[in-house]
Amino acid sequence: MAKIIKEKTPIPEQDPKIRRQNFNEVALGYSEEDALREASRCLGCKDSPCLAGCPVEIDIPAFISLIKERDYLGAVRKIKEKNALPAICGRVCPQETQCEQYCTLGKRFEPVAIGRLERFVADYEMVNTKDLQPITCSSPNGKSIAVVGSGPAGLTAAADLAKLDYKVTIFEALHKTGGVLVYGIPEFRLPKAIVEQEVEFVKRLGVELKLSVVIGRTLTIDDLFSEGYDAIFVGVGAGLPHFMDIPGENLNGVYSANEYLTRVNLMKAYLFPEYDTPIKKGKRVAVVGGGNVAMDAARTALRLGADQVFIIYRRSQVEMPARREEVHHAEEEGIEFKTLTNPTRIIGDKQGWVKEIECIRMELGEPDDSGRRRPIPIEGSLFKIEVDIVVMAIGNGANPLLTSATPDMAINKWGYIITDDEGRTTKKGVYAGGDIVTGSATVISAMGAGKRAVRAIHKDLTE
Amino acid sequence: MFKILAKKILASGIKLFEIEAPLVARKALPGQFIVLKIDEYGERIPLTIYEYTRDKGTISIIFQEVGKSTMQLGTLNEGDCLSDIIGPLGCPTKIEKVGRVVTIGGGVGTAVIYPITRSLKEANNRVTSIIGARTRELLILKEEMEKASDELFITTDDGSYGRHGLVTDELKRLIDEGEKIDLIFAIGPVIMMKAVSNLAKQYNLKTMVSLNSIMVDGTGMCGCCRVTVKGRTKFVCVDGPDFEAEGVDFDELMNRQRIYLNEERLSIERYRERECRRNG
Ligand SMILES: Cc1cc2nc3c(=O)[nH]c(=O)nc-3n(C[C@H](O)[C@H](O)[C@H](O)COP(=O)(O)OP(=O)(O)OC[C@H]3O[C@@H](n4cnc5c(N)ncnc54)[C@H](O)[C@@H]3O)c2cc1C
Ligand SMILES: Cc1cc2nc3c(=O)[nH]c(=O)nc-3n(C[C@H](O)[C@H](O)[C@H](O)COP(=O)(O)OP(=O)(O)OC[C@H]3O[C@@H](n4cnc5c(N)ncnc54)[C@H](O)[C@@H]3O)c2cc1C
Ligand code: SF4
Ligand code: FES
Repeated sequence: MAKIIKEKTPIPEQDPKIRRQNFNEVALGYSEEDALREASRCLGCKDSPCLAGCPVEIDIPAFISLIKERDYLGAVRKIKEKNALPAICGRVCPQETQCEQYCTLGKRFEPVAIGRLERFVADYEMVNTKDLQPITCSSPNGKSIAVVGSGPAGLTAAADLAKLDYKVTIFEALHKTGGVLVYGIPEFRLPKAIVEQEVEFVKRLGVELKLSVVIGRTLTIDDLFSEGYDAIFVGVGAGLPHFMDIPGENLNGVYSANEYLTRVNLMKAYLFPEYDTPIKKGKRVAVVGGGNVAMDAARTALRLGADQVFIIYRRSQVEMPARREEVHHAEEEGIEFKTLTNPTRIIGDKQGWVKEIECIRMELGEPDDSGRRRPIPIEGSLFKIEVDIVVMAIGNGANPLLTSATPDMAINKWGYIITDDEGRTTKKGVYAGGDIVTGSATVISAMGAGKRAVRAIHKDLTE
Repeated sequence: MFKILAKKILASGIKLFEIEAPLVARKALPGQFIVLKIDEYGERIPLTIYEYTRDKGTISIIFQEVGKSTMQLGTLNEGDCLSDIIGPLGCPTKIEKVGRVVTIGGGVGTAVIYPITRSLKEANNRVTSIIGARTRELLILKEEMEKASDELFITTDDGSYGRHGLVTDELKRLIDEGEKIDLIFAIGPVIMMKAVSNLAKQYNLKTMVSLNSIMVDGTGMCGCCRVTVKGRTKFVCVDGPDFEAEGVDFDELMNRQRIYLNEERLSIERYRERECRRNG
């Protein structure tokens, strides 16, 4: 047997100096040669520990072994038995804390780059299949299900339900399908054309899409039942932006990350005036927060032409919830990290525009409830940074639009929908999953929740 | 796609569309609005639902051409389609019998106050209306407002019709006449709503306003529409658009409406140039 290659095959990337000026994808993807080399590292472990780390139960060793045989379409079919969105997951999943964390190889060397391989075969399929026939189900089972929200949870639930021969209709509030995948995650990390193609696959399964329908306003959950749906899956995400409640947050030039990213991604403000929606392009931009959302906002600001972009985060870099890879990309592109720093107020000029952000330095004390060391302000350490745009990326909460119109479906004190382990809400026939149940999490956990709920729906409707 | 069934020009630069939108028509109530997107390149703009006909499945909107999107909208005709209409959004206006109500519409705000006026009257209030415009040519919905209220007063800034002056002058006169006013409802440019609010405050009269902040999604997802009311941040699209005037930070709202002034100018110049070229 050949000697084991210790390191992951690197993925080609755009040069940081160039990419910070464009919205094209940063990671360029494996060549066939790269993929074969990386696949050859997989040991094909009998007990497949990696599987335990995959929330949607992809048969990882099986698809990798098909790559080894150069059967790339076979590999992608294997993945799609479980996961309808591999080109998306291959790009945005935090594999380092999922499948790759459990990979046998990872105990001594770098784990197999499972995510990059997943992306490779998904992209291969997009380029190499022209045959886009509908994948019709054997025979409709006569029952119809409404899915509310077209994010990863809703899309996955819809795909799985269609595979079980249900007639499925997705209702989406926005004018585009994909949830955070189209309005939040930027083009340079997840090209919208990729999302569109994966949505196309879900449509080919027979799923119908109704866009620009706000459930709770245009129609209620009970309206859907009266229209004859046998069950309803709710995957409306956590779309309510948090602000810090500090002075100056309503000055001109202060955005929530949701607004900033929605303008740029969903509305394509980076192509203004070709597209009608504008965005303020700052020269000096401060982004408050330390998660993926903050990294995305900061890197977006850079690409809109900012000279200097600061990430302001109250803990240290170790505690940052963002993926390491994203922090690394941001650093490479020249984002400046002001860690152990917390904003205290935003100061405006006479015309009501942002001029400065005032911050206080922090130090880490005893661990708090989250197990991370609690940041404590250092007295007398106030300082100001001159900026013209501030983006608040400190997290999202539950949007009450649907839940307040559905009072007989129980929510917890933070407004998230209460479900049992299988996704049943307290309202009969209504199931829920994704960020609206767990709070902001990940694409793949939302997909896993969609899958679980489908099992419960199927069980309840066939018993 | 949403089809335009009828188009009417109400005044120079102010147009009415009747649009096929059965789902929106089925649920719409006075005070609610839609978000509209013309085509793939369009922005999402909020417009009030002026009228709805449930059995016909249509809604009507009235818009003033103030920028690129509304001007482009104005070039569309019967039979044309809009790519998206989302709604009904916002909380419906609270319609109750309170006694005597004065409703005030300024400029295109008259289109927004009309359905509210009508409902307040249907709820057995005694309704006095005031509508104002810069000049006679810009006055809209005179007959409709006449029908919807017990009495109607009209003002124009230049005196070309009705009373020469502002809607607040007329309101002041009504207050001075001494008949009790239980509620004032004022909708129009922010500066007008602020003036009404200040006047009403002096007499301790309860006033409601409908705020027109800049919006994107209209569902509480982006926070773009935030305003300060009684020191707290509210989202106009879901907490409003109606608010009690007292405590609204009108200056902040006016300031926030100016965020994209430069971009709006650029957009309109580019649009005019292209229209010119297209029309030869
Ligand atoms: C900027 C950003 C970057 C991220 N990066 C990553 C990453 O790299 N990796 C990762 O794994 N996760 C990432 N996440 C988190 C991940 O995107 C979410 O956890 C995931 O999208 C949640 O999926 P969901 O289906 O529950 O909800 P969403 O994706 O939020 O979708 C919900 C959908 O429901 C619609 N909706 C809401 N209300 C209604 C209603 N009343 N009626 C009809 N439709 C409605 C919404 O418009 C939306 O389309 C990121 C999140 C953000 C914001
Ligand atoms: C709840 C609500 C109901 C409304 N109802 C009506 C109505 O019934 N009839 C009507 O004519 N107008 C109404 N408006 C205002 C209307 O949305 C704006 O005039 C329109 O968006 C302007 O777009 P534009 O591209 O033509 O002009 P722009 O060039 O973009 O802007 C011109 C002016 O309009 C303001 N404006 C720009 N974008 C918005 C926006 N998204 N929301 C609000 N104001 C904006 C700007 O501050 C600027 O002063 C309403 C606004 C809100 C929030
Ligand atoms: S654990 Fe790693 S080496 Fe083993 S089968 Fe899974 S990917 Fe291959
Ligand atoms: S318009 Fe986005 S929250 Fe109101």
